[in-house]
This record gives sequence, C-alpha cells and structure tokens, in this order.
Amino acid sequence: MSTNATVTGEFSRFFHFLMQEMKPRGPWLTPFNVISIPVIFTGVVIIVIRFIYGLGAVTNLSQDFPWGFWLGFDVITGVALAAGAYVITFVVYVMKVEKYHSIVRITVLNGLLAYIFYAGALVFDIGRPWQAYNPYIGNKFGFSSVMFLICWHFFLYMVAAFIEFSPVVAEWAGWEKARKFLKSITLATVILGITLSILHQSGLGALFLMAKPKIHPLWWSEFIPVLFLVSSVYAGLAMIIFESTISHRVFRHLIPHDPKHSFDDILFGLAKGAAVVMFVYYFFKALLFIHGKQWSMINDAWGYWYLVEVIGFVLIPGFMFAFGYRNRSLNIIKIASVMALLGIVLNRLNVSVISFKWYAEVHYFPSWQEIVVTLMIIFTEIWILRWVVTRMPVFKSAH
Amino acid sequence: MDRRGFLKTTLVAGSAALAGSDLSAQELRDPEEFVGILVDTTRCIGCRACEVACGETHDVLVPDVLNDGALEEQRTTSDKQWMVVNKFETEAGDVFVKRQCMHCYQAACASACPTEAMEKTKKGPVIWHGNRCIGCRYCMASCPFDMPKFEYGEWNPKIQKCTLCFERLEEGQKPACVAACPTDTLMFGTRAKNLEIARHRIYNHPDDYVHHIYGEHEVGGTGYIYLSAVPFDQIGFRTDLGTRPYPEYTKEFLYSVPMVLFGVPAFLLGLNALIGGPQPGEEKAVEFESGDQGGGDEH
Repeated sequence: MSTNATVTGEFSRFFHFLMQEMKPRGPWLTPFNVISIPVIFTGVVIIVIRFIYGLGAVTNLSQDFPWGFWLGFDVITGVALAAGAYVITFVVYVMKVEKYHSIVRITVLNGLLAYIFYAGALVFDIGRPWQAYNPYIGNKFGFSSVMFLICWHFFLYMVAAFIEFSPVVAEWAGWEKARKFLKSITLATVILGITLSILHQSGLGALFLMAKPKIHPLWWSEFIPVLFLVSSVYAGLAMIIFESTISHRVFRHLIPHDPKHSFDDILFGLAKGAAVVMFVYYFFKALLFIHGKQWSMINDAWGYWYLVEVIGFVLIPGFMFAFGYRNRSLNIIKIASVMALLGIVLNRLNVSVISFKWYAEVHYFPSWQEIVVTLMIIFTEIWILRWVVTRMPVFKSAH
Repeated sequence: MDRRGFLKTTLVAGSAALAGSDLSAQELRDPEEFVGILVDTTRCIGCRACEVACGETHDVLVPDVLNDGALEEQRTTSDKQWMVVNKFETEAGDVFVKRQCMHCYQAACASACPTEAMEKTKKGPVIWHGNRCIGCRYCMASCPFDMPKFEYGEWNPKIQKCTLCFERLEEGQKPACVAACPTDTLMFGTRAKNLEIARHRIYNHPDDYVHHIYGEHEVGGTGYIYLSAVPFDQIGFRTDLGTRPYPEYTKEFLYSVPMVLFGVPAFLLGLNALIGGPQPGEEKAVEFESGDQGGGDEH
C-alpha cells in the first residue's frame, strides 16, 4: 500500500512539475517567435491539405521527380547535419576525451531532435504513412532494400540517442535511480548509436546507387556511401561549431564557465578535426574524379557547378579551418563552418535533387509550400530545443 | 507453424537480415517458367488497340484512339495509363513503339522496396501490393525505365504500372494487349521462347532488323524484349543502361552491413577497454570527491 502511495505521490508530483515546466518563460514577442509562429501555422495548414488532396496539391513532385526537397533537404541533408552526435559521443565516451564532455549533452540533444524532426519529415513525404509500420512489423521485409535498412536505423538510432540523452531527463524529473541506471548503459548505447550512424549515413548515399543513369556522372559514384559517411563526419563537426556558437549567445546565462576547457579551446579542437576530415574527403573526391577520367565533363555548366561545390565549399573551408586553428581565429572558423555546412547542403541536394535527371527538359524546383513546411519543421525543432534547454540540465548538471 | 518450420523461417530470415541478402532479387527462376512479351516494332501499325484493351482491362484511362491525336506527341506512361504507343520518324519510315514496364529479370524496383510491395513474381510479372506499400517512391527513383507511377492527386495514392496482366495469366489467358494486337507485333510466351523467335527473325531477315534484341542483356535482361529495324536510340530507348542487373549496384553495400554491424562494436568496445580509466564525468567524481573538474555532469 505504501508503495502504491509512493507511486501515486510521485506521479502527481511529476504531473504538477510538468505542468509548471510547460508554462512559457521569458518574453513572448521575440523576433524568432514573431516569424516562427505564422510559419508553423501555415505549415500545419499545408500538411492538412497534403493529407486530403495528395502530395501533388502542395509539392512540385512529378512522375519524373519522385524525390524532391522534403527528402533531399529534410531527410538526406538533415541527417548528415545531425552527425555531430555520433562523432562527439565517440570521442567522449569511447576515446574518453574529457575536453569535449561539456558539449556532449547539447550535441546529443541536437542530434536526437534532428532525427525526430528531419527523419520524421519522411512521414509527410511518403505517400501512405499510415502503413509506415510495415517495414517494422509487416508480413514482408525487404531485406534487399537500402530503404528498409534506413527505416530500421532511423528508428533504432532515435531510441539510442534518446537513451543517451535520458540521464538528463531523469535528472530534470528528479528520478535518481533511473538516472543512475540510464547513465550506466551509456557506453553500450553510444556504441550502438555509432554503428547505426555509420550504416545509415552511408546508407543514405546507397539509396542513390540504383539511380545511376539518372544522376550526373560527376555526382554518381559507386562510392557514394563512403563519400556520404566521410562528409557526415565534418558536417557534424561544422554543425557543432555553428550551433554552439549560436547557443552560447542565446543561452549564455545557462552555460557555466569551465575553467579547464574553455569554449574557445573546444571550438579550435573541432575546427582542427573538421579540417583533417575535409582534406581526406577532398582527396577522395579528387581521386574519384581522376580515376573516373572526368576531365571532359568539367567544361560546361555542370562541371563549373561541381567545382563550386568541391573547391568553393570543401577545399576552401577546409583550408579556412586549418588556418583558423593555426592563427587562433574564431571568426575564420565560424565562417568556415557555415561554408562547410553550405557545402554539405549543396552536395546532398546535388546528388538527390539538382543533378537528378540533369538531362530533363523541365527540371524540378520546390514549391513554396515545400519550403514553408521545411521551415515549419526547423522552427518547431528549435521551439522544442529551446524548451528542453531552458528546463533540463543540458548545459550543466543540476547538482 | 511447427517447430522445425519456425526454426527454418527464423534462420532464413535471420541470415537474410545479417547478410543484407538480395534473395528476392537474385533468386534464380526456371527460364522456362519466366514469361514475357516480344515486341516486333517492324510489325506495329500504330492502331493502339493495345492501349484501349489495357485501359479497359485495368480500369484506367481508355484513350479515344481515333480523335485524341496522341501519336503526334511523345508520351510516357502515367498514373492513368500503364502503356503508351509512340511514333518515331526514322530512316525506315514511321516506327511505332509500345512502352510499358519491362518486367526486369532482376527488378530494381522490387529490390528497392522496403516492404516487398513491389514483387517480382516467379512467373515473371512485376506486381504491386497496395497493403504493403508505404509510398516512399524508392521504386520510382531506382527504376532504370521510370515505369512505376505515383498518384500525386490522391490522399491514398497507389503505384500504377503494367502488371503483365498478372490476373489474366493466373486464369490462363494472355495479357490483354497481346490478345488485342491485330498484327502479331506482340508475342506472349516464355522469355526463352521469345528470344528464340527473335533470333530466328533476325537470322531469316538480316536486312530488316538491327542485330540486337533490346532487353536480352539490358539491365540483366527484361521480360519485355524488342526487335527493331533502326537502332534503338532512335526509337526512344536508352542504350546507356548497361547489362548489369540493377540490384547488384547496392549488393556490395548490403553485404558490408553485417561487417559494420559486428565489426564496429567489437572494435569500439576493444578500443574503449584498451584506453581504460574512468568514463568521463563518472567514477572519477566518486573516487575523488573534491576533484570536481572537467565536464558538466559531475556528482
């Protein structure tokens, strides 16, 4: 009976606590709110229309272009940008590098939310989402399908990332026993998460292997999976630099000063890592280019576009990271991170949308509704992120 | 299901999952059983009786053949039409070409499908199961012939494409288009037999045909095969698709999955054990109460 009373008591305590936490904090009329609320509202309306009249009512998808902005940007690009979580958890939990420990929680949270929202955006994009359980418990499993692998990995990775983040939730809710248990399985979930990430980051590239005759040869390669995996590493690092720079401005009051590892030191470390990976990636790209004897393709619009991506948004930001690290220039590193991220966006969109059917007379271009829904997803994610960060001990321990 | 059956299924499913197997795509079929259609484009008069028969049989668009002037433009199949006949002006005069799903021997769409909603049946037709499909359109992105079509205007969209009249075959009938063809342009039969007929025609009339059977080797072989008097790139066929079966493009990747799935955790666990010492922010704080340093969640 007393256990019962404890459970009921704990439940009602948590319920009241949650209600308290749900209340908004801070001013309402911020620029972000003023912009994001109408966008989110419009996005919801568009989604309702999409579910009543079909994908064609709000997107520019066609029989020739079955995959557009929602898949190419939200899912393919969004997941690449969320790669920071597996890179940093590897460094901190597997390699036991204390230096990056203070950014683990925010990075894992960013990764988790990115997967929930960007991989979750598939629900809007697939035609029959009410059957989306089929790859999981359906009577038929497409073992030979890369999409099957990705469906499973998205799901499993979200679980893994949630477990990685769950000690923070337990700490916030005041569940000490649960926190201890969840903390104790961190290494196992981290390793599972890294393994899954390696497979689905490359798997997103493998989706395009069978589209060989449709993708411009400068972007199609049998090594797309490896290219996607390698570039996801620096995408994740650049994203951490980018978003932690922003969160250190916005959530400054929440972030304690770490005397041993200053925030700048962490950024310099990340920049050095990103530079190395970008050079490796560039070398790989160059190797494929030379090995594929693609010199003849370089002298037209597609060739120039390829050079813009590979030189302008891989090689140059790579040098900028290295230069910024050497000369202790945070500004150069921040600019480099933005350029590297743009390079990832360019690359993923080039493979999945822009160079897809480059020979088509009428090419796909996203509709304004597709863009608004994408913005809705991003803004909603930021809302949730903001709620979690201002309530849970993401930047520091409550103890 | 008895115990042996259960074990067998589990083993097969398990090993398939581990090996990232492409069983569905690779399964060897008895070539005698594998049916398809031979299209001899030199015989086609462009009457489009096949289009009408197809529309009527499958309850999709029935074109107004006499008045719609559709031969004046190049059409593709759509979510409303499973097959179309196009006219090409060539050195050998007007050539009419019927296009539809090729029913590949190793179908890209079937191997792409995460739920096996797209199925390469043992008899040959590639068919779609609506109760399994999640609408991801990976089949469309993968198909080298762009044949699966999606109903963008429906709240509950279907994938539309030629089924080689799977239901009619089950009843022992020929596909509707073949039955409707007045000129024997279309020949229904096993692929092996159709290939023999095609070779026979080329051999007997070497000047009337290009010496190539489209679909014999393209993308690993297709159920539909074509004969032509002019090179195939002049009558709307892609000749750059290669002869490699498309599922093989993802085979290496899927084979590497078990290696990563087991190799990486083993490597990481070993690495972690080799490094030794406490996990960041964990035991260290317990051992050294006052040593509150480093990361964010000391206790």
